Amino acid sequence: MSDRPDFAAIAAWIPEGASVLDLGCGDGSLLRYLKDTRSVRGYGVEISDRDIVSCIANNVNVIQNDLDAGLADFEDGSFDFVILSQTLQAIRHTEPLMQEMLRVGREGIVSFPNFGYWKNRMQVLMGNMPVSSELPFQWYNTPNVHLCTLNDFEEFCRTYCISVTARSVMTAGHEVGFLPNLFGSTAVYRFQRGI
Amino acid sequence: MGNSVGIVRAERASFDEPLAFRSGAVLPRYELVYETYGKLNSDRSNAILICHALSGHHHVAGVYADAPKSLGWWDNMVGPGKPIDTDKFFVVGMNNLGGCHGSTGPSSIDPETGKPYGSRFPVITVEDWVESQARLADYLGIGRFAAVIGGSLGGMQALQWSLAYPDRVRHVLAIASAPRLTAQNIAFNDVARNAILTDPDFHGGDYYQHGVVPTRGLRLARMLGHITYLSDDAMADKFGRELKSGQYNYGYEVEFQIESYLRYQGDKFAGLFDANTYLLMTKALDYFDPANGGDLNSAFAKARADFLVISFTTDWRFSPQRSREIVRPLLHNGRRVSYAEIASAHGHDSFLMEHPHYFDVVRAYLDNVNQEVSA
Repeated sequence: MSDRPDFAAIAAWIPEGASVLDLGCGDGSLLRYLKDTRSVRGYGVEISDRDIVSCIANNVNVIQNDLDAGLADFEDGSFDFVILSQTLQAIRHTEPLMQEMLRVGREGIVSFPNFGYWKNRMQVLMGNMPVSSELPFQWYNTPNVHLCTLNDFEEFCRTYCISVTARSVMTAGHEVGFLPNLFGSTAVYRFQRGI
Repeated sequence: MGNSVGIVRAERASFDEPLAFRSGAVLPRYELVYETYGKLNSDRSNAILICHALSGHHHVAGVYADAPKSLGWWDNMVGPGKPIDTDKFFVVGMNNLGGCHGSTGPSSIDPETGKPYGSRFPVITVEDWVESQARLADYLGIGRFAAVIGGSLGGMQALQWSLAYPDRVRHVLAIASAPRLTAQNIAFNDVARNAILTDPDFHGGDYYQHGVVPTRGLRLARMLGHITYLSDDAMADKFGRELKSGQYNYGYEVEFQIESYLRYQGDKFAGLFDANTYLLMTKALDYFDPANGGDLNSAFAKARADFLVISFTTDWRFSPQRSREIVRPLLHNGRRVSYAEIASAHGHDSFLMEHPHYFDVVRAYLDNVNQEVSA
């Protein structure tokens, strides 16, 4: 099992043997998890040198690339799923990358920390930027440049004609149904190109 | 970093079965020199072939007993406990056909004439080399290589292995290489060749009989090549505008340190290397194009190996972009491939230099290869 709560939610949407591109794949643990649980074929994309070595050691295919430079190495419709797990908030050019995900993949999946989670709101209310296990950075050293809430993300999708087909919101690994934008700490979305 | 493989010895294999070159020429018999390090395991599954680049040869690692300074050209990478670990793998280095380090080449004696081949040695291609390497593999009893590894021109041979013998290579490591040269890269090779071809001592390639060597041409070719193997920053760091005598002399003698360095490198190389081999090597580089001018996606459809592609940020002779041109057709064909772009200051030469991250990448990859072949 994985120690990342969004892994299971992502895996639940992925059929056996699917092809997957994992953007910002870190040490390759999601791909490894999907390979073990869903026998996916796939590649990770990662920029960090250390993570490249970890992916290779994990026997996960990885392509070293800066996501903000786009996905030029990948062909249209070449993957069943393109996944952006806990990376959306650190992307500079959000909209172009979301479009690239849907160019390269038939479906997209993103997961991100919900900035609207009540504990984050509390910290802001108390006068500080939120720091938590999901946002483990200080304001001056965070790689996160585009934090958002569930509402923000859904509005973004409507604006750019991206149609959300499923959503899973959770806190500490448990699904949150009631007021998810307030009580959910992590959001996972499945989407495709809108009509 | 582990120890060296220690004392090594070059071996020689003779082949009597004629080798038909891509050009149509036929070499009736030839010899290949090679070295091996480590032990071939019982099921013969742990062999790694190292393909050399333009000026390389079979002496990859270790030293010769009678020449303690004769360290192999990739000794930092190949050895016990090193990224290409000779405790785990049986590593084969060979001198390519047409070379000048012992395998049959233009400076070898043609048994038919009793004179050096010279201009009669056929122009050779990467495809021809791989053919000869496959025959050496047969000779050594290696059906399938765990990996074929090469940098630069060596990377092209490794790629060609995956196309010519898809079932005889499990993994290909193409380092600082390209699927085919660009016009700019061919242009550099052409200038280098022109330096040799126009040297009055070249004698159409048959200088051996005249008792001379086209040293000036070879020296210029190497000086030019050397510039393109280094990065602007590395040169600036090492030499800057430093002057030998601390002042301008207003003449054409060597004044800047970089001039002195290049001439030294040129002289050293011209004293050791054969000009005809240099011509052949650069031609092999120019000709290589697995797609024959067409689509690389279809060319790589034949490949069955897994790939590790590595480039270096400051390499402008075989830039990261060229390595991505290798990666793309592999992605297109759904091959297993990983790609690492190493931040290194040393230009094309980076692939020969010790670099912790580069070595970690190769080590991590080959650790998995080792588990696969010993499973």
